[in-house]
Amino acid sequence: MSAGNMRLTLKVWRQSNTNTQGGFENYNLDGVSPDMSFLEMFDILNEQLIEENKEPVAFDHDCREGICGMCSMFINGQPHGPLKGVTTCQLHMRSFQDGDTITVEPWRAGAFPVIKDLVVDRDGFDRIISAGGFVSVNTGNAQDANNLPIAKEDADDAFSAAACIGCGACVAACKNASAMLFVSAKISQLALLPQGQAERSIRAEKMVAQMDAEGFGNCTNTHACSAECPKEISFENIARMNREYLGAKVSSKAV
Amino acid sequence: MATSSRLDAKIPQGSLEDKWEKYKSSVPLVNPANKRNIEVIVVGTGLAGASAAATLAEMGYKVKAFCFQDSPRRAHSIAAQGGINAAKNYQNDGDSVHRLFYDTIKGGDYRSREANVHRLAEVSGNIIDQCVAQGVPFAREYGGLLSNRSFGGVQVQRTFYAAGQTGQQLLLGAYSGLQRQVGMGTITMYNRHEMLDVVKIDGKCRGIIARNLITGELERHSAHAVLLCTGGYGNVFYLSTNAMGSNVTAAWKAHKRGAFFANPCFTQIHPTCIPVSGEHQSKLTLMSESLRNDGRIWVPKKQNDTRAGNAIPEDERDYYLERRYPAFGNLVPRDIASRAAKERCDAGYGVGTSKLAVFLDFSAAFHRYGQGEANKNNITNASESQILEWGKAVVKEKYGNLFDMYKQITGEDPYEVPMRIYPAVHYTMGGLWVDYNLMTTVPGLYSLGEANFSDHGANRLGASALMQGLADGYFVIPITVGAYLAGEIRTGHISTDHEAFVKTEKEVKDRIEKLISIQGNTSPELFHRRLGKIMWDKCGMGRNEKGLKEAIVEIRALREEFWKDVKVMGKIGDFNPELDKANRVADFIELGELMCIDALTRNESCGGHFREEYQTEEGEALRDDENFMFVSAWEHIDSEKWELHKEDLVYDNIKIAQRSYK
Amino acid sequence: MSWFTQALTSSIGKKLIMSLTGLFLISFLVIHATINAMIFYNDGGETFSHWGHFMGTNPIIRTLEIGLVLGFLLHIADGLWLTKANNDARPVKYAVSNASANSKWYSRSMGLLGTLILIFLVIHTSHFWIPNRTNQFATGEELNLYQMMLDIFQNVWVVLIYVAGCFSLFWHLLHGFESAFKSLGLYHVKYNGAIHFVGVAFSIVIPVLFALMPISIFFGWVY
Repeated sequence: MSAGNMRLTLKVWRQSNTNTQGGFENYNLDGVSPDMSFLEMFDILNEQLIEENKEPVAFDHDCREGICGMCSMFINGQPHGPLKGVTTCQLHMRSFQDGDTITVEPWRAGAFPVIKDLVVDRDGFDRIISAGGFVSVNTGNAQDANNLPIAKEDADDAFSAAACIGCGACVAACKNASAMLFVSAKISQLALLPQGQAERSIRAEKMVAQMDAEGFGNCTNTHACSAECPKEISFENIARMNREYLGAKVSSKAV
Repeated sequence: MATSSRLDAKIPQGSLEDKWEKYKSSVPLVNPANKRNIEVIVVGTGLAGASAAATLAEMGYKVKAFCFQDSPRRAHSIAAQGGINAAKNYQNDGDSVHRLFYDTIKGGDYRSREANVHRLAEVSGNIIDQCVAQGVPFAREYGGLLSNRSFGGVQVQRTFYAAGQTGQQLLLGAYSGLQRQVGMGTITMYNRHEMLDVVKIDGKCRGIIARNLITGELERHSAHAVLLCTGGYGNVFYLSTNAMGSNVTAAWKAHKRGAFFANPCFTQIHPTCIPVSGEHQSKLTLMSESLRNDGRIWVPKKQNDTRAGNAIPEDERDYYLERRYPAFGNLVPRDIASRAAKERCDAGYGVGTSKLAVFLDFSAAFHRYGQGEANKNNITNASESQILEWGKAVVKEKYGNLFDMYKQITGEDPYEVPMRIYPAVHYTMGGLWVDYNLMTTVPGLYSLGEANFSDHGANRLGASALMQGLADGYFVIPITVGAYLAGEIRTGHISTDHEAFVKTEKEVKDRIEKLISIQGNTSPELFHRRLGKIMWDKCGMGRNEKGLKEAIVEIRALREEFWKDVKVMGKIGDFNPELDKANRVADFIELGELMCIDALTRNESCGGHFREEYQTEEGEALRDDENFMFVSAWEHIDSEKWELHKEDLVYDNIKIAQRSYK
Repeated sequence: MSWFTQALTSSIGKKLIMSLTGLFLISFLVIHATINAMIFYNDGGETFSHWGHFMGTNPIIRTLEIGLVLGFLLHIADGLWLTKANNDARPVKYAVSNASANSKWYSRSMGLLGTLILIFLVIHTSHFWIPNRTNQFATGEELNLYQMMLDIFQNVWVVLIYVAGCFSLFWHLLHGFESAFKSLGLYHVKYNGAIHFVGVAFSIVIPVLFALMPISIFFGWVY
């Protein structure tokens, strides 16, 4: 069915649901083309499993163009695989060699329980955003957009932070399963913009509190998160969050 | 010709400019105390769904929102790259509400409804205001004001953007509004849930049946109104720029419960996608239309030219868009650019190994920008290679992420060799028929964004999908839904024990059990591929009577085979993506048939619908305004049976002309 | 919980404590290294003993010493607390981890390096600080620390343990110095270069200086 000729051995984590124990299964796969994306390679694996009357591997994916943040495979010890600045769906098989053994695991973190196989539950991220990752402006309350000039540099920095796709690779990469890069990216985006000023303190306090409540780990400043981030979100954001949070705690009126 | 009595578009009286303003001040309202007792279900959390859910919750309604992804932030609106239009006229280049309205109607090849499009243009400016207030980091000039760029089919700069990730930033803005309400308890979010049917009681939509995709359980949810914001159906072609999960199921179930499906054959083929590289391909990736601001499209002048792009000298290149459409050049609308690419490839001028590609070349832009940098820095003796280097740096700043993505997917460096592109299915203008209030033909059932048919006619202009999704969600539905809900304040909570819920849930359950019990030989994926091939070959960029008739027969056979031979692995009460896929593919097959029927019925060419029998001598689409200036709204009667209802399109404010971009 | 305890027990607060106590211990290292480096005058320990006497008897310094002990304890306790929490945050570990692709091993091993330093500290204090203070309490007299050094560092194993301790300190500082600033939010493109330079220089100079003491005595360069 495909023109490729790579042969691979895949070692894939299989787990039927959150409450059961998982384990690795080995699969041999032929006919992989270097032009395939990593997920297309998994499509082929799944077709093969279906033919063998085995249950296909469940994995999260949607846009397959590196922006939705749904795909989430831990490949050979790295989130989204060996290539810098790409998601699993944008990783292509030309990054691997014929004959390779590839180990694929789900994101591992207590705050990201496995739902099935390689699929994990990342609802914690949504709850953190609910805690304060917004500007409280109801529809229709806005003034004319150009009434609020924003220095290009600030807008660009805010954009760089806002580029986070919420995939959770930072948590997966961190030795402590810390979510600080994710949380700090949102805190930074809104702290850098004038629109975010009104809720600046309370946002930092509430988002950090929710992050802690979710059971993510603490930051050791190893920079693994930003090194593995498919959107290359800067580590600077974590330092900014530390500043924002400590400043908020010292200065806000909440006692 | 007269509009079917079954279709009342409920367009307000008065002059075009006043309709929306007057409507807003006269539409019935629901008082705040009553809003708290009224429940609204929003299915889908893309731009339309997230903005609608957030806004309705802010107004005080009790909202339940559903998405099949693991988080509302994943909806495929996120993948929109280029930008969002708004008639702000910040560039002082002559833009206005009327011009945006006119461009959209013309761009849609005169197949959209005047009143809806005008309203869209009117609220477009508010969208930008709202998004900026939320903290969406749009691109800015050094003075701190918003930056704009151009998109196809338009001669002003009205597109607002955030690098190549505009959709993402807008969606995250709407998502933040939604999550804020979730945190406040006014929205209950159901992620990893898929709507599998609409529940009707006494002719009104009263809720949905949804499947919890983790546990496989079916759930009944009641509401006073249901909003389908479920996106388009481009995945009927298997290969498209849509996300893997994008599907028609919600809209199709609504259709089978009485909502008319309008203009299903109006699909948009986007001209600049990365060409298919092999059989294994699961989806196609778009290269933003914004690239056509700076890239030039060409093919060799010689047929079957196998030389590499850079090896072909300037005078042997055919910049066919600039040649055929000097006024708009490379920035002609999408349908025209796509067709022109297909025409060249079909005639044997295609490039690359598949010969199904044309070049998108930035060398002129590298040179122009490089020279500009040299001038800016007062360097008069720069070498050619220096100029190229500077030019590449400028292009990198503008489109760096797109160039990187191209390189990642193809393994070729677009800074060194011209990109190869080819058209691919991108957007569907057709969708559920809605009236001015965005209500379908089922009372209480609404459709927003790409899921409805309303604003783009037969072709959508670039950067207008984001505009429409957010217009519908932020500014239209919050007002228009009041017209219906004002009559629902006495209804009270709707019990999900009602027999209609029980019956509908049973039907859903039976179908799922049927799917899993077949245990045939072919995976849903393979059926999907086969459907996609039929659709692309016979109901794709070019269509003709013979092909469409064949396609209908083939699709019917495919449907029968599907229900005999599909193989769905896994269990019902489990996280089972195969089962989800089978459910979706089954609906795509039925939709495909209707699309072909619609295309066969429309004996004209317009916008994205190109019937090969109906073209001018120059190969342009030949509209038939006398006989086809209507919306086709299909009523589902039974399997393989639909009834066509027509809504006449009346243009009081626009002079209809042959659409020319020459 | 009051805002204060809330702040200090939060993930960022725990890092703040780590950072502040770390910087405090770094300042102690400067003093400790400076005074001990007086042995390199090679004047029979005269300068060293002069300053050692000052440090051992000055009431202000003695009071500050309590703070130092508390600083150590807090740094250690917080480190254990963080290590536990971080360990719990990932109950199921990866089968394959290629962490070297994204971070330095010593950054990921602060707990381990800290433990090694703690073991070293137990040995080190039982060589000098504990006997000296015990004697002071018992008799009011200080021990001759210089002579003790000359004696203790004749044993090659002791020297090797001290050198190993200095290596642990080097890596601990190599990450910890800069990390302390990051945890405080002091991270800015204008100053990162300077912080990095000072951090690396400090991480090299201090452990080298310390390591040279037993080595010099062992080889008889200092006598």
